[in-house]
Amino acid sequence: MRDWSNGIAAQIGSALLTVIAVATIVFSLIHAVPGDPVDVLLGEYASTSDRAAIRTRLGLDAPLSTQWWHFLNGAVRLDFGESLLREQAVNDLLWFHLRYTALLAASAFVIAIAVGIPLGIIAATRVGGLADRGAMVLALLGLAVPNFVLGPVFIWIFAIHFGWLPAGGADSGAALILPALTLGISMAALLARMTRATMLEVINQPYMIAARARGLSSWSLNVHAMRNVALPVVTVMGLQLGALLGGAVITEAVFGWPGIGLLLVDAIQQRDYPVVQACVLVISLTYVGLNLVTEFVYRWLDPRVRC
Amino acid sequence: MRIVTASPVVATILLAWVVTILVAPWFEATAIEVRLEHILTSPSSEFVFGTDELGRSVAARVALGARYSLSLSLIVVAVCFCIGTFIGVAAGWYGGAVDLALVRLIDLALAFPGILLAIALAGLLGPGLDRLAIALVAVGWVGFARVARAQTLSLKHSDHVTSSRALGTADSTIMVTHILPLIAAPLIVEATFALAAIIVAEAGLSFLGLGIQPPTPSWGSMIRDGSRFMLIAPHFVLVPGLALVSVVLAINLLGDSLREQWAAGSRG
Repeated sequence: MRDWSNGIAAQIGSALLTVIAVATIVFSLIHAVPGDPVDVLLGEYASTSDRAAIRTRLGLDAPLSTQWWHFLNGAVRLDFGESLLREQAVNDLLWFHLRYTALLAASAFVIAIAVGIPLGIIAATRVGGLADRGAMVLALLGLAVPNFVLGPVFIWIFAIHFGWLPAGGADSGAALILPALTLGISMAALLARMTRATMLEVINQPYMIAARARGLSSWSLNVHAMRNVALPVVTVMGLQLGALLGGAVITEAVFGWPGIGLLLVDAIQQRDYPVVQACVLVISLTYVGLNLVTEFVYRWLDPRVRC
Repeated sequence: MRIVTASPVVATILLAWVVTILVAPWFEATAIEVRLEHILTSPSSEFVFGTDELGRSVAARVALGARYSLSLSLIVVAVCFCIGTFIGVAAGWYGGAVDLALVRLIDLALAFPGILLAIALAGLLGPGLDRLAIALVAVGWVGFARVARAQTLSLKHSDHVTSSRALGTADSTIMVTHILPLIAAPLIVEATFALAAIIVAEAGLSFLGLGIQPPTPSWGSMIRDGSRFMLIAPHFVLVPGLALVSVVLAINLLGDSLREQWAAGSRG
């Protein structure tokens, strides 16, 4: 038990280091802008006083170490200053858009689990059969069709051809369906492949053969197997939830879903640097946090790792 | 290393794209020629895959887009291969502080979800093929570093390396002549999957308007432009979309079969 809490402390410690490093990289992104970011923002013919004003607002007039410390401080207090163009605190923008991304990611995650895991189990219990092949072709396609192709195709079929669902925006609950499906399907495909492969491995373990020999029903056999299938699947799910956050950026752009990804893409095009930095930081930190949670769930599920 | 066989379908698709890339320059004029009398026409005998919103041939633009997208992705993967392998082998071979520092670097690159870092970098660096390539390399090298490091660790104490060390061979010589050839197979498998991922990432960035800039055709930007005209001209999205899916699917299947065949080879 003591080792376990030590392990957790070490995990949290290393996650904290990662957070500081990630924040530092996001901080330095603004210095990756070729030339002077102020020139890029205002053009070459801006007046000296305008330049000085923007420079102060971006904090670029302070020494680099002060800028860095200020950025880290702001990040800890979740205070990212003001948007350059929208006359709004970056925080207000973030919170408004974050809710939509959370809703989209959570729905996609539920779809992925509800489709991917049963598909993988069905495929594994009927290896080589029609269901297996169908499931695996579906999984292969789900992985090979990027969300910016799948999204427009869904819009074409369900919004334009049949007119069942809205093509974009977030005016009604129905508007969530297509983006969530688009984002969820590639993850479902990966989960199905992973579940199938793990299930196949587990089915042939001695304890499963013993359970079959004892005459357990196929239902209790599945329950038996699931605990061990869960381990690698949970890991993949945790990692994929992060990839989901990256994919959400493009999916939101496809459907005009007002999440943090759309905010990021708009801010990049408008060169609203504080908003860009805040978006990248928040998405990355969420990802680091999710990985940490995955690690804990993994430990909790597997007593071998626990002790 | 044995000759690898790919399934006929995969081989045909890949060969078709190689030919397309080679002949694409002949379609350059057609691809950028604006013909306003032919705006958004459906596929016909004159335009096999129809036209776009400026009356340009979608077929010619997809072919030329393949040339840009695929050659850029190949270059990016080659650079990632070199950088990642160098970092991975160095970390695995030297161990200790070098390993610790490089593993931290790898973890840091993995701390950004998927394509996010590439989006931020491509957006802030601004338009340009070289900058697009930098953004993709920043994300793509990690996979190679992980594979190279793990493989080097497993080979480091093998007999032939130990004997070579006993003979006083220089570290760099051992790494190049005794380790690299043995880790080439898993790295090439990694390279096929990385190529598919980079092609998708490049198209994704172009879709967001952060990649290849007009009037240069690219699959990603065609899909974005086309999705505004889904009602009257679905071919405008479907053709570049299918092109992308066929390439990615074929490369992934090639990677799968490479992995299986080499895994079978190393077993005996």
